[in-house]
Amino acid sequence: MSDVPTIEMRGITKSFPAVKALRGVSFTCSKGEVHALCGENGAGKSTLIKILSGVYRPDSGEVLIDGVEQHFRHPQEALLAGISVIYQEFSLLPERTVAQNLFLGREPMKNGLIDNRAMVAETRRVLGLFGVRHRIEPETLVADLDVASQQMVEIAKAISLNAKVIVMDEPTAALNEAECEVLFSLVDQLRAAGTAIVYITHRMREVTRLANRVTVIRDGEVTASFDHVPAPDVIVRAMVGRDISEYYPEPATPGEIGSVVLSVSGGGNAALRDINLELRSGEIVGFAGLQGAGRTPLAMALFGAAPFTSGTMMLDGEEVRLTSPRDAIRAGIGMLPGDRKAQALFLMQSVRDNGMLTARSFASAVGGDGANRFTDIAGMNALLDQMKVRAPSYDQEMRFLSGGNQQKAIVARWLALRPKVLIFIEPTRGIDVDAKASIYHLMRDLARAGTAVMMVSSDLPEILGASDRVIVMREGRIAGEFGRSASEAELMLAATGETGVAA
Amino acid sequence: MSAQSLPQTETPKRGLPKINPVYVLVVALILAIVVMNPAFGEPTGYMNFLKRVTALAILSGGALYVIVSGGFDLSVGSIMTLTVIGSSMLASNDPNSTYWIIPLMLGIGAVVGLINGLVVSYLKVPSLIATLGMMITLNGVAFMWSGGAPRGYLPDTFRFFGRYNITDVPVITLLPVAVICLVVFGVILWWGMHRTNFGRMLHAVGDNPQAARLAGVPVERVRISAFVVSALTAVLAGVILGGRAGVSVNIGSGFELQAITAAVIGGAQLLGGRGSVPAAIAGALALEAIFTLLNLLGLAQPVRLVVQGLILIGAVALATYQRKRSGR
Repeated sequence: MSDVPTIEMRGITKSFPAVKALRGVSFTCSKGEVHALCGENGAGKSTLIKILSGVYRPDSGEVLIDGVEQHFRHPQEALLAGISVIYQEFSLLPERTVAQNLFLGREPMKNGLIDNRAMVAETRRVLGLFGVRHRIEPETLVADLDVASQQMVEIAKAISLNAKVIVMDEPTAALNEAECEVLFSLVDQLRAAGTAIVYITHRMREVTRLANRVTVIRDGEVTASFDHVPAPDVIVRAMVGRDISEYYPEPATPGEIGSVVLSVSGGGNAALRDINLELRSGEIVGFAGLQGAGRTPLAMALFGAAPFTSGTMMLDGEEVRLTSPRDAIRAGIGMLPGDRKAQALFLMQSVRDNGMLTARSFASAVGGDGANRFTDIAGMNALLDQMKVRAPSYDQEMRFLSGGNQQKAIVARWLALRPKVLIFIEPTRGIDVDAKASIYHLMRDLARAGTAVMMVSSDLPEILGASDRVIVMREGRIAGEFGRSASEAELMLAATGETGVAA
Repeated sequence: MSAQSLPQTETPKRGLPKINPVYVLVVALILAIVVMNPAFGEPTGYMNFLKRVTALAILSGGALYVIVSGGFDLSVGSIMTLTVIGSSMLASNDPNSTYWIIPLMLGIGAVVGLINGLVVSYLKVPSLIATLGMMITLNGVAFMWSGGAPRGYLPDTFRFFGRYNITDVPVITLLPVAVICLVVFGVILWWGMHRTNFGRMLHAVGDNPQAARLAGVPVERVRISAFVVSALTAVLAGVILGGRAGVSVNIGSGFELQAITAAVIGGAQLLGGRGSVPAAIAGALALEAIFTLLNLLGLAQPVRLVVQGLILIGAVALATYQRKRSGR
């Protein structure tokens, strides 16, 4: 029976009112293998997984588990058949303990009461199976765990349900480098134990590191399927549908890098210490480091949202004291936050209103459009056109746009004000390959036009590919400074502090 | 750019342009009233209806400012009461007093709105609680001021806005001053909400306050302004209501929830970020039309309360359901 794949999906087709989401997609995954499922956002990966897990039913096609045809009508049925899906947004209850989450809905009973001791013991056993017992206590509240540990609890839950198939939907999206490594070794262990793993990602590094097989979906169809792991550019081409020449733009030439626009000396606050840095016009400076190293607090300090309490900050040669985002914007500093949905987007407002908000905030309150030189409808439309924001109309509400287009509209918000310094935090998180490339080119165009660009990112290839200079932070301090020719390993060493400060 | 190029995004339904269902509802209710009571189709019938609804309609437009900013203002009913009681106490039958009383009342209203806004913005008290406290306080103030029983009358100059009808108008025969007030203040509120930078900032603050702050919106100032607008419309509504109905001790009570109900019937998002002034005014018309219908059916005040409560729950449930079904 070993030649029967654990899951086999044949000719799956699924339509939604507006779109045909999947067309004749076939996909298999066998015991003890990791099958990477790649594709841009909106390609149909999630729809396929939702059909596998019983959330949707296919219009046509069949799903076979261990060679037997199944018609799941509810996710619970798929779960009982041994299929666990770990979504990007976790299904854990934050105010319950790890053990309670693991046994949610199937608590062991003893004398009519929940057998807490058995629950904790079993949880400890499952966590021990993949060596995370030391970092997660069964009686900790899930809300008190970091994201990586929460993900491990999800995986432990799948294991304790005796899942034959574990589907992981972009599991590294919220993890830092060290946590990714823990996850990868966990995937290795699951594979060795004979679990079939469907691993959804668009990060090539993870495909190379983990996969046995690769399937690429684009626009609802399988565009490529490999029984081995091909070179990354082959996969990317299948995902995007064309060559991406110049994925990263050319770096700045020495002549393009101008004078110092912003400098900080001895800057510090609750999260930062001894910050000395200079940002120059025409230059993109990448900020690398682990989660919690102080990169976002530094961006927030420069932007006035969580100001420095010590040290001095100079802008264009004059000392400035920025105590609110309004101060910073007035002084010529803009920022694109990392958590777009929580910190940047107005989902119920139109694309155009999202783009114009900052300009309007600095115009007369009772004025309408055209109240100042930035609140110009035609100008904003031109900017959105220039940014190639794809929307049926700029009157469309923001929530209907894809992540990449939302990000571009937010960039337009800042472009309208022509800032001297523009800070990007995780500018390409959650957006597809094609849109990523255009964000990199946009940052370069801005730099060429004289803006000083600061980019905070957790994606090391991105840091090295898009920056002219890299600053690594650790524990609230600047731990090192590198040119763009540095290696990922050098940056990691500086970020984790395993060697002295590199030059 | 064509919608076909966006396979992964939802495309708006084609065909009929989107019409807010509240307008259909108003037309249907008015037709129902006319069928049951043909006299309503006469100018005196519908003009009296509009006159009766004016206070609530203006109030709903103002309450919408706070709702769109992501808050609630429960103090507006008590501001109306205070306006009527205070004006009657101060007027002491002097017709000329109106010219300073109304500006004074607007001043008091602005101060009340300012306090509401400051408490919500800087002391971080949830608006529901802050304005509930203000409501109780102001009801107490009005009670103390009147000494328990209203004395004095509102002079005719004061009552002009709520009561007076301009007669011998061509085509419509009579035109209540209240209806002119409704149109004038309705247009001002519409302009402020939908045509100014302030209005756009108000939407942004209600949609996502954290993002608004990071986008440079002066969030506190915007919130405070919303409470001031709301309180000012409550004074105006009080002047018109007092003019129409005269003085009584708890004349404004219940209006705060009627205004919120009207805004919600008009499609306002209760947690902020979305709302339309014309639709909120139409919501007020719909609510008043429902009350009129209940009256025609011979159902009394208690039924009115039950219906109002059910409408509030139903409208919010419907809006939530539609939002959920639209996918996000």
